[in-house]
Amino acid sequence: MISKISVAFKKCKEEKRPALITYTVAGDNTKNNSLKILNTISEHADIVELGFPHNTPIADGGQIQESSYRALKNGIKLKNVFQIVKKFKISFPDKPLIMMGYFNLVYQYGENNFLKDCKVSGVDGLILVDLPFPENKSFANKCKKKSINFIQLISPTTPNKRMRKIIKNSHDMIYYISMLSTTGGKLKVSPKNILKNYNNIKKINRKKNIVIGFGITNKTIASLKKADGLVVGSQLCKTITNSLKNRLNTAKVLNNVVYNLKKKIT
Amino acid sequence: MKIKKGIPLIDQHDKNFMYGGKFGGNFIPETLKKPIDDLTKLFSRLRKNKKFLKERDHYFKTYIGSPTPFIKLENLTNYLKGAQIYAKVVSEANGGAHKIYNATVHCLLARKAGKKFIVGDTGAGYAGKMLSMAAKKFGLKCKIFMGAKDIKRQRPNVEAMKKNGAIIVPVRTGSQTLVDAVSECMRYWVSNCDTTHMCVGSTVGPNIFVKICAWSTAQISRELIEQVKEEFGKIPKKLKLLNCVGGGSSAMGFWNEFMDTDAEFIGIEAGGPKKSKLHAAPLTNGSKIGILHGSAQYVIQNKEGQIGRTESISAGLDYPGISSLHCFLKDAKRARYTSASDEEALKAYELVSKLENISPSLEPSHAFAEAIKIAPKCKSSDVIIVNSCGDSIKDKDIIKKKLGSYIR
Repeated sequence: MISKISVAFKKCKEEKRPALITYTVAGDNTKNNSLKILNTISEHADIVELGFPHNTPIADGGQIQESSYRALKNGIKLKNVFQIVKKFKISFPDKPLIMMGYFNLVYQYGENNFLKDCKVSGVDGLILVDLPFPENKSFANKCKKKSINFIQLISPTTPNKRMRKIIKNSHDMIYYISMLSTTGGKLKVSPKNILKNYNNIKKINRKKNIVIGFGITNKTIASLKKADGLVVGSQLCKTITNSLKNRLNTAKVLNNVVYNLKKKIT
Repeated sequence: MKIKKGIPLIDQHDKNFMYGGKFGGNFIPETLKKPIDDLTKLFSRLRKNKKFLKERDHYFKTYIGSPTPFIKLENLTNYLKGAQIYAKVVSEANGGAHKIYNATVHCLLARKAGKKFIVGDTGAGYAGKMLSMAAKKFGLKCKIFMGAKDIKRQRPNVEAMKKNGAIIVPVRTGSQTLVDAVSECMRYWVSNCDTTHMCVGSTVGPNIFVKICAWSTAQISRELIEQVKEEFGKIPKKLKLLNCVGGGSSAMGFWNEFMDTDAEFIGIEAGGPKKSKLHAAPLTNGSKIGILHGSAQYVIQNKEGQIGRTESISAGLDYPGISSLHCFLKDAKRARYTSASDEEALKAYELVSKLENISPSLEPSHAFAEAIKIAPKCKSSDVIIVNSCGDSIKDKDIIKKKLGSYIR
């Protein structure tokens, strides 16, 4: 059966544009509000990524850290994250949802238990930041058996030989990290160079959907629109932070930002 | 789980770099795979290279001041009336603590890798102070990540780092202590791994950093085993080696060469304030295995896997995790772990400083607290050696506040 993630990419290709993938943190700033945000922005987002926060993240920049701490302070637990996913999926059964986080939470929850709850709540894909290839082989296989996409990451430091192995072991989608940075860093590589690397990966297997993330904002997104998909995270977290400060309706403000991002790549 | 004889402990991992199939490994973002792979290859080549070993030994001798003294604590022995108590005075090493071994080796490695920048984390400030010293010596630009809370409580070491020309980056996330400093340092490395070498300050983090650190501090026991043989003619039958453990770098170095002997290893964790539920003793208090800073280990955490808060009077032990090597030693039953409270450590500092010519910092004072506890119950033929791996001068402010006065 073709996955919802693949369907989403196919649809975008037909419309001759990249898929827009949003990242927000579950429980930021409350459980209800993060669900409301998901529901609202899915109007324009093709795939939604939902972070499950960890208090010792080793690859997140300041914006996402702030969102994560806010969510944790409000007591978010994995079982709440699954509830949010479930409720979202009742309203938007066809919108692909990817959960993203750090491995220790999965490890404590129990891999099998975690995947069972992913399946029950309707999670379509998983990104585990600190479970690289080949350490992720057995877990990725478990995901495949449950028809959940395990999304492999490739970075500018990944050597060619390793890249081939990762692509061979990947599912429908691959995440290319645009530059050496934590999330939310300023784009320090030219879009031309990022696309060059992107094309090198694409050449290895044209069938795989490759998305680019890290450093993508409304200022940079248009320059990368040749990719299969583009991920925007830190800018959205920052928007939440600012709209909370100014006591604005976060879901509404965010929806506007996502709408504008989409407009730039359509 | 079993320790193999005749093979260095650091090499007893499987193909996934796990010790005993459960501890260690490389749980890292993809971006760090290649730099860690490069460093792993560089280190495995150099540790077999005679010229490099000669270079290392040269700097250990002329720069660090190897060997550090091995002395009998006559007054403490007479006072406690039990085992013979000795100290390996590692605090006599250049800079005042064992952290200089790891820092020196990392600077040598950084130079071989052609890196001009070096970054590191620090808790008590010793790892940072030593890295800044060594960086200055070897001509590297240095940046140190340190929790804002630790910057306040370990001022003397902060001043030293500044003097050595290092940039100190205060870390204000989370608990603002060592755990956050390590996270922030790793995040920095993710962004700058093409130009910068990272030094993890203890036997924690991804496997290669555990290896390099333990390999470096092993110098302590290389010296000690000779000093022990000279003092006693052979290794005494009942020999206890006591060492404090935070991340576990000094204990690994203190025990390494005695691994295949009958010497008993006792690791002392930070039990925290007496009346507090908070501590920094994951091994003593039965914490569960989790992933922290790229490595599987016993770690203080809640049921969800969020890393727990710790509390200890000694910044150097104030870490929720523990080296994968110590987890391995614990489960293989090669070492025993216990804890000492803040109060016990302070008392031990006071007693040792009063009776002897050495004045241990609050970290080794935890180990002295255990020595004080067990020595009276031992026979006079038993030998206890404590690794006095830091000097109290850095804790002057804390000690003055807690005890009213500072003696050294």
